[in-house]
Amino acid sequence: MSDAKKFMFVNRKAPYGTIYALESLEVVLITAAFDQDVSLAFLDDGVYQLKKGQQTKGIETKNFSPAYRALEDYDIEKLYVDKEAMEARGLTEEDFLVPVTLLSRAEMGKLMDEQDVVLSF
Amino acid sequence: MKFGIVVNEGPYQHQASDSAYLFAKAAIAKGHEVWRVFFYHDGVNNASKLTEPPQDDRHIVNRWAKLAEEHKVDLVVCVAAALRRGIKEENLAQGFRISGLGQLVEAGIKCDRLVTFGD
Amino acid sequence: MLHIINKSPLTSVSLDSCLNTATGGDILLIEDAVYAATRGNAGETKLRAAMGRFKVHVLMPDLEARGLGDRLIEGVSPVDYGGFVDLTSSNKTCQSWL
Repeated sequence: MSDAKKFMFVNRKAPYGTIYALESLEVVLITAAFDQDVSLAFLDDGVYQLKKGQQTKGIETKNFSPAYRALEDYDIEKLYVDKEAMEARGLTEEDFLVPVTLLSRAEMGKLMDEQDVVLSF
Repeated sequence: MKFGIVVNEGPYQHQASDSAYLFAKAAIAKGHEVWRVFFYHDGVNNASKLTEPPQDDRHIVNRWAKLAEEHKVDLVVCVAAALRRGIKEENLAQGFRISGLGQLVEAGIKCDRLVTFGD
Repeated sequence: MLHIINKSPLTSVSLDSCLNTATGGDILLIEDAVYAATRGNAGETKLRAAMGRFKVHVLMPDLEARGLGDRLIEGVSPVDYGGFVDLTSSNKTCQSWL
């Protein structure tokens, strides 16, 4: 892992309205397979991606949210949520599918500075 | 310096592909290497050889292909995103190749900088 | 770090999120984000306030294309695509706030 780069995926978009969240998740899983140091950041509407209880039958679209639960099987455990963004959407940590680390915006900014590659879709 | 570029939007609909192209051209003009351009999401539509813009407009697809040919830029179209949107070998424009998402990760690992253009 | 913004500040929170989150560095406004760099835009005060912490650049071809090449806010540095390339190489990383 010594030559692993620090990859951060910044998610700022809600699921279903556009495909970005789903296709972003596909990149995340591949990146982990390359033994890179992966973290995910959820900002703005991106926090909606993690909401529990997504029921997509009515829109005839695949519910991909269980894939967030599979992240730990790929050793992806660094999931960071912008606390302010979460609160602005009336959500709490209990609303999320997976355990996350809540960060202030200042902490999030600092973490971004430590990355080698920051990807956003 | 070695650059990787990611294009997430289709041609003509969004400025992303134009911005990415002009960035790539400027990087090459400055003596940098554009090692790979990875087309993802609707960006895969930049690789359709069926594209026929009006005569007085830029040909975004051919422009990428020409850049690739002249400067050995690797134009990679994500296979999963391409199949979803009907881009296959049979309608793939010259200069592009279809491959997996690993090619994007590899660009992130091998390039000094990875610049994303999208919506 | 170089922060690249491509949305108008009046239709998207991209610029706000960047200003509220990023620790500092360079900001480059491209595509529809160039409107943020024009005098009289409702976001002008916010952008001016951020100029202490960030060095703000604007991609001139995008501003000129939109007919606002003569409205650049003082203190915002104009760059061409070559300048865009220089900003990505002089910063260790870049992030597009899509």
